[in-house]
Parts: sequence; structure tokens; C-alpha cells
Amino acid sequence: MDLADLYRDVIVDHNRRPRNRGELPGATHLAEGNNPLCGDQLRVFIDVEDDLIRDLRFCGSGCAISTASASLMTEAVRGRTRAEFAELFGAMHHMLTTPGAAADPRLGKLMALAGVREFPARVKCASLCWHTLKAALAGAAAPVTTE
Amino acid sequence: MAAVAGRQATWDTGRIRADFPVLARRINGHPLVYLDNAASSQQPASVIDAVTEYARSHHANVHRGVHTLSQEATARYEGARERVRSFIGAGSPSEIVFVRGTTEAINLVAQAQARPRLEPGDEILVTWLEHHSNIVPWQLVAEQTGAVLRAVPIDRRGVVDADSYRRMLGPRTRVVALAHVSNALGTVLPIAGMIAAARERGITTVVDGAQAVPHLAVDVRALGCDFYAFSAHKMYGPTGIGVLYARESVLASMPPWQGGGDMILTVSFRGSTWNHLPHRFEAGTPNVAGAVGLAAAIDYLEAVGLAEIARHEHALLEDATASLARIPGVTLIGTAPDKTSLVSFAVDGVHPHDLGTVLDSRGIAVRTGHHCAMPVMEHFGVAATTRASFGLYNTPDEIETLHHAVLDAIRMLR
Repeated sequence: MDLADLYRDVIVDHNRRPRNRGELPGATHLAEGNNPLCGDQLRVFIDVEDDLIRDLRFCGSGCAISTASASLMTEAVRGRTRAEFAELFGAMHHMLTTPGAAADPRLGKLMALAGVREFPARVKCASLCWHTLKAALAGAAAPVTTE
Repeated sequence: MAAVAGRQATWDTGRIRADFPVLARRINGHPLVYLDNAASSQQPASVIDAVTEYARSHHANVHRGVHTLSQEATARYEGARERVRSFIGAGSPSEIVFVRGTTEAINLVAQAQARPRLEPGDEILVTWLEHHSNIVPWQLVAEQTGAVLRAVPIDRRGVVDADSYRRMLGPRTRVVALAHVSNALGTVLPIAGMIAAARERGITTVVDGAQAVPHLAVDVRALGCDFYAFSAHKMYGPTGIGVLYARESVLASMPPWQGGGDMILTVSFRGSTWNHLPHRFEAGTPNVAGAVGLAAAIDYLEAVGLAEIARHEHALLEDATASLARIPGVTLIGTAPDKTSLVSFAVDGVHPHDLGTVLDSRGIAVRTGHHCAMPVMEHFGVAATTRASFGLYNTPDEIETLHHAVLDAIRMLR
């Protein structure tokens, strides 16, 4: 167990200075996610036009992993199409849950979260924002939960 | 029974630690520092051996067979009941109902005692610092009956407001359900006086003693409560077994809770008759091995001595409180003058979940989260805290280790 694998510089930086945090005026979709285990609450706002995710922001309190993951996600997903999001979602899921998964260049900076899979109790922290964004895109009304 | 630390003229934590095999483990390359005792405590070899010995040599179903093993199992199971009776000062073993744990005990009271009696508009009174297991069973029964659940507020220290409590004991209050000790804050409630005030008004009193029994000597007759519930796994015993103490006259007035074998005297399709107390409330084959383990845990606690344990743990509490208070940015959550040995705290700029991971990497086990007490978190305006809870085997050196690991986490994450 090496903590440096988990709390890489990129993650610590995005936790200290989260990007795209706050409400998004004019959002077309919104979803809420909860992690009952740690009390994390997250809201993801998106502005979608046709197939394009034009903008997104997030609100909420969470641990360093969940905050950094949401921050990195907003940077990675802005300007993507729904199909590109689905592809990134699949690649993230694979990276977070598959032991020894090979580095996937499509993920770019998101690869900083690869170490999370060595800490099974923390995988949900990294994946909550992705599930919440997926729900927002689907227009789901019920809150997402990690349980 | 295997060796027990024994009542000692002078406290020897090293000898006690030698009784707990798991404490020899290393976690992530460090000696285990187990500070999650309020969630579940570790078991001494005497408990592990008692459970194993039961399975190896004495297991059979209880109350059923004329054969030797069944009689041996029954003797051990009923012997455990008597052991519990004497431990908490109950008047009779028929007042001791074995359950899965505190949660099941409170659900049993809510459904079998309160539900048939509650009318719409009746009130159930709890406090703001209860564990979810002393809130949700009452919410369920309130929905079923039209009764109203009310919560007595707590102050900034995590102390239950005594004036509010007396004011809220009203003409419609039927049940008062109180934690003896808060699991999230460590606050010890002055339950003897609270119970007396409720009893004067004929109100049924229920005590969640899960966090009290491993730390304080409990005498249910001196307390005067109608019900007192606790779990073996928080007092150095196994999981899956707990106790509901119920005053005999109250228990006798209750209908059965669950139906099945062992809780009946006769069954026919014209109707069934119920077994004597407490067996009426123990449907099905019980957790005999668990009861044996619980009895061994009581033996252990009494051999070490509850007064000695309380002294040792109080010193740990003072040490931990001072140690954490020296760290800039640490806020203690729960500063009641009367506490058991746990510290709940927040660290500026470091989320409890991250702190828990950093501590685990140093071999330190703490609980992070809402501690199944979300109203407490709401009261203090936090989503989660980090909780270090101490048991009889913890040492000042471990508190020092915790202190340095918290500093490391701050350096890494803030």
C-alpha cells in the first residue's frame, strides 16, 4: 500500500483548487449523487445542446478523491459528445475496477486516479461523480447513490 | 477457560494485550493500532476458545433433546443467560432475552411492546444524539400507529438539554428511548434521573446500552428502566448475539414478536399457546455459540475489573483529548464533561475519509463517517467525523502514534 499512488500531485492539486466548482446558471440537466458511507453529496450541472455537452460544473462536499475526480471529470468531459462521454465512462470504469489494467491514453489526466483501484474502499469516491453525470445526461430524477 | 489477565493490584496493559491474538497483527507494515472499539471490539483468546470448545465438544440444539449433547448445550446456553443476569443485576434470568444485537432488541420492543399500545397522537421521545438503531425502529412504529417521534435537543458540547427533556415529557408521552452513551460523541447521559422522571409519569423506558456496557458497571434494577439493550461484539464478545433485558412484569404483558419453534408450549390448528418467559421471545434455534462467547466476554471483563477498565480508559480519553487539541486545525466534536473513551474530531482541510485512509496506511484503525448518527452530524454541521474509540487494551503510545499520523495527513493533504 503506497499512499503516493493514491494521493498523486494532480489529485492533491485538484482537491485544493477544484476546477469548475459551483452552480451552472442555465444548466439543462442536473443530477444529485450520494455516498451514504461517507456522507458525500454531489450535484452535477450540465448544459447539453443536441448531442454536445457544452459545459458542466459540480457542487458538494467530499473527500479529496471525490473532489479531485469531479474536478478532473469536468475538464475531461467539457465539449464532448454523449458518445464520447460513454466511451470515457467505460474507460474510467475499467481503470478503477480492473486489477492491473493497462494505461489508457484516452483518459489523459484522468489516469492520475489509477491508484484508487488499490484501495477498494475508495473506488466509490472516484466513481460517484461519473455515475451522477451519467444520470444527469439520462435526465434521471432520483438521486444516484453508491449503494 | 484460557488464561485471563486476572484482577491486578496494578494495571498491566501489556498483559491484557497478550490476551488478544489480533493485536499481534501488522497492518500495512505497521503494528495494528486498533481504535475502532465503539464499532466493534476485538476478542480475547478466552472468548475465542470458549466458542471453539463449544463447537468442538458440546454443540447440539437446545431445549429439545434428551441426549447428552443437547443437555450440555442447553446448560451452557442457560448458564450464559444467568451470567448475563448477574452481570447487569437483573432479578431473574427470565428477564434476559437473547437477540442478535441492540438493533434487534430495540425493534423487538418497538413492535411487541409499543406498537399494540400506541394510539394516534401518542408521543415517543428520544434524544438528538441517538444511533439510527434507536431512531428508525421508532419511526417505523410511529408510521404504523400514528404516534409522533420527538427528539430532545443537545447543546454545543453534545449534552442532552435537561430542561427540554423534562418539558418534553408530556401527557401523551408513552415511550422514552435513550442512549446510555452516545456512540458518535461519547457523552454519558444521566439516565438514572431521566428514567426516574419518565417512570413518575408511567412512561415506558428503553435504554440503548451498546456503548455503555463495555465501559461502565450497569445495574438495571438501580437504573429502574423497563428495557436495556446491548451487543456482545462491543464488549469483547462475538458478533450476532446481544441482550434485551426486560422487566418481568413488562415482558409478561407483551404478545410474542416472532413465531416459530421454542417460543410455544403447544401448537395445533385450533391455536397455539406461548412458552414461558423469556423463551416466548426467542423463536427458532438461538445463537448458542454466541451466548457462550458472550458469557466468556463477561467473565473476562469481570476478571479484569470494570472499575479498573474505566480508570484506564479515562486516562486514555484525557490523553487523546489533549493530544489532538495540540494539533492546529483539529476541532473536537463532543466535549461533554462526562464521556466514555472516544474522541470524535474534524481536521480543517482534511476530509475524514482521506484521514481514515492515511491512518490505515500507518496501521491505525479508526471509524470515519456519520457513525450511524446523522442527526448528530447535522447538529454539528459536518457530514462526517473521524472517531478514535479506545478499549481496555489501548495504550498512551498508540495515542502518540495517532497524533503523528494525523500530522502526516495534514502535511500530505491540506
